Amino acid sequence: MLSFILKRVMQSALVLVITGAIAFSMFSFVGDPIDNMLGQERTMEDVERLRAQLGLDQPIPVQYVKFLKEAAQGNFGVSYRQGREVSEIIMERAPATLELAAVSAILAVVAGIALGVFTAIRRQGLAANVIMSTSLIGVSLPTFLIGILLIYLFSVELGWLPSFGRGEVVRIGNWTTGFLTESGRKALILPAITLGLYQMTLIMRLVRSEMLEVLRQDYIRFARARGLSDRVINFRHALKNTMVPVITIIGLQLGAIIAFAIITETVFQWPGLGLLFINAIQFVDIPVMAAYLMMISVMFVIINLVVDILYAMIDPRLRVTAK
Amino acid sequence: MTEPVLSIRNLTVEIPTRRGLFKPVQDVAYDIRPGEIRGVVGESGAGKSMTGNAVIGLLDDPARVASGEIWLNGRRIDNLTPEEKRAIRGKEIGMIFQDPLTSLNPLFTIGEQLVETIQLHLKVSATEARDRALALLDRVSIPDPATRFDQYPHQFSGGMRQRVVIALALCSEPSVIVADEPTTALDVSIQAQVLDLIKELASETQVGVILVTHDMGVIADTTEQVTVMYNGRVVESGSTDQVLSAPVHDYTKSLISAVPRPQVKLHRFPQVSYGGRETTFQIEDLARNWDKPEPSKSGKLVEVKGISKRFLEKSALLPSRRTYFTAVDNVSFDIKDGEVFGLVGESGSGKSTVARMIGTLLPSDGGQIQFDGEDTTVMTGEALSAYRRQIQMIFQDPFSSLNPRMKVESIVAEPLLHHKLLPPDQISSRVHELLDRVGLTRAAAAKYPHEFSGGQRQRISIARALATQPRFLICDEPTSALDVSIQAQILNILKDLQEHLGLTMLFISHDLPVVRQMCDRVGVMKQGQLVEVQDTETLFANPKSDYTAQLLKLMPRLAQLAG
Repeated sequence: MLSFILKRVMQSALVLVITGAIAFSMFSFVGDPIDNMLGQERTMEDVERLRAQLGLDQPIPVQYVKFLKEAAQGNFGVSYRQGREVSEIIMERAPATLELAAVSAILAVVAGIALGVFTAIRRQGLAANVIMSTSLIGVSLPTFLIGILLIYLFSVELGWLPSFGRGEVVRIGNWTTGFLTESGRKALILPAITLGLYQMTLIMRLVRSEMLEVLRQDYIRFARARGLSDRVINFRHALKNTMVPVITIIGLQLGAIIAFAIITETVFQWPGLGLLFINAIQFVDIPVMAAYLMMISVMFVIINLVVDILYAMIDPRLRVTAK
Repeated sequence: MTEPVLSIRNLTVEIPTRRGLFKPVQDVAYDIRPGEIRGVVGESGAGKSMTGNAVIGLLDDPARVASGEIWLNGRRIDNLTPEEKRAIRGKEIGMIFQDPLTSLNPLFTIGEQLVETIQLHLKVSATEARDRALALLDRVSIPDPATRFDQYPHQFSGGMRQRVVIALALCSEPSVIVADEPTTALDVSIQAQVLDLIKELASETQVGVILVTHDMGVIADTTEQVTVMYNGRVVESGSTDQVLSAPVHDYTKSLISAVPRPQVKLHRFPQVSYGGRETTFQIEDLARNWDKPEPSKSGKLVEVKGISKRFLEKSALLPSRRTYFTAVDNVSFDIKDGEVFGLVGESGSGKSTVARMIGTLLPSDGGQIQFDGEDTTVMTGEALSAYRRQIQMIFQDPFSSLNPRMKVESIVAEPLLHHKLLPPDQISSRVHELLDRVGLTRAAAAKYPHEFSGGQRQRISIARALATQPRFLICDEPTSALDVSIQAQILNILKDLQEHLGLTMLFISHDLPVVRQMCDRVGVMKQGQLVEVQDTETLFANPKSDYTAQLLKLMPRLAQLAG
């Protein structure tokens, strides 16, 4: 098991070095940062001084190693546009995105699995068929459209929920949270649904089809023949087997929730990382873009690592080969 | 005479379909007394399993009991509510399924599954349930129950898993066990052990056993009473000795005569002629269109010289820490032109690995395989492709060896297209001809594999194998998944092909009677090694090695069979 985890960690490190190279190459290829940082009135001296100060006069490999070293310590340099430390900006924005992503993910996973199991068990039932048909909307409508529709319905027409922003937030140390105020909680509802709907329907459909497959297996039949009740069969025997393949997809989708928060955050003007990233693109703020890219890839790598370990925990067959 | 524990009275099961009511079980009646083992025999689709499912109340929708009654210990159980039926299942009626590899939930330990069942039925504490589970494992002769208790199903061999399944069926001392083909998926020696265990348990605990099987050998060895089913109806019922030695019904007679005999060699396999389902086809016609293969230079088409294969068992970074499992260990034999060479042995003995190495599906880790004097293990490119055209394989499982998304026409045409053997405009007529010759109609070409029965699919496999006009055919357990009657048809096709087309064949099987009928010479494999190679008749009469003698002894004898 340990060697298995070590191997995965090494693979993950390799992935990070490669994404690091991509992030780093943006500095060299997407325009000259010196041009961006110094205005029109600059002397050659200023340029040279800044170049030396930023280490840009050194060979590319040396710069890359330096970049990795700094990045590993969470230091991505100074934002071109805001002139502040990138890590500081990210720390400031991260709570908004993480809170939104967490709520959406919990919504997607809990509701997705519950509805998936329900529609699999009551395959013929009316409710299950209605859920299945409605879920097509979640799969087929683009996120921004869902967001706009929700805003139109609940903010414009009914006026129940705010259409943008995070509402009032409470500061706890370095973290700002919207959970503790009513306006914060209200503001969270629409973006969370928008962001989680697609993942929820996807998980639901996946759980349903996996579960139907599992329910056809001989060991389920044998469990029936042993006289076990439907509840035990469905929720103990079938569900655990269903989860084996579903966990991989859930892991990937959780990564996607954070990465795709960009669209939702734009629609709802949510002051999170996605919005930060979109603004960074508009102003070619490369340090912010690079940091965002690295952060997302670290997140994906960690999620996948956790998924692999979970996998081995659920499925004893993998545990043995991994030993 | 004791009262029956289970009594099935004129049971009819019906399934509503678009074309009206289909009745897979009609007017079936039989009794089981305590401690009695009743065999229920017939082909697949005869309604044997359906009857068993009706007894435990597990008919799949939309099948339902249309009429008749089922009585268990003096209580009528066919009209109970689903919840009441569930309460009986596992408690009063146990069930054993065919495939021990799939009957246990892979994600729970053996102990968890046992304790769960025991606690459900007996309302005892966790410790008591555990003690009982350990005693049960011990009862079904699983060595070291305390360790095995915490292991997962994949850590057990097939025979051991079937023992666990039996232990699960026995959890709450049921009065009846329905065993649906309990040993079909097992090796001969394991089969004998499991059947012995069932016999022992029946006499010891007085549990009545319904033993559903298609294997006459199992019936002869194990049961006291037998019921023969055909097409949903009971055609004959009585004591096993009587039914087997003096069958009354024509179907029973023909079924018994279709069982391959281990004692004598016949030219053709007798087929089940009852019901007029014997299909005729002309291999001779195919021979006209067939270029007779050139005789090989040395008279030996295939020469296997000291081949070995090992698989990585445990991977490690350092080569010295890796462990290997030797599947094939220094095996040598040769196959003469036009000969059928048999390879027998238990599962895991390396038979199929040898076949795959000859078929170049697996690289060998040493030794040579010469085909007509050329070493195939070093072939590449053109030479390899030419070699592969001359050999073809037929696999065991007719369900997974055909691509379910391809039509039969494309399946049979694929080798022709791949090797560019015919211009595209002639392929279709060639495919039709091939299908014709294996006894399938032209209409079959436009269908998908799932529309065919197991036997028909195996014919499609044969047609596909013949498409390239091979010189050498590798048959890896071609009939193990088939009924006796279908098996006879397929084996006869293979025999005819071999005779008329001058094919050379490697025939792999664990079924000794079949091997005796099919093969000219036989090699016996044990744990990766070739124990002995003999002419078939000599091997069966005077086995040289102890292992062969033991295998022959375990072979079900149908001494009391008529005809």
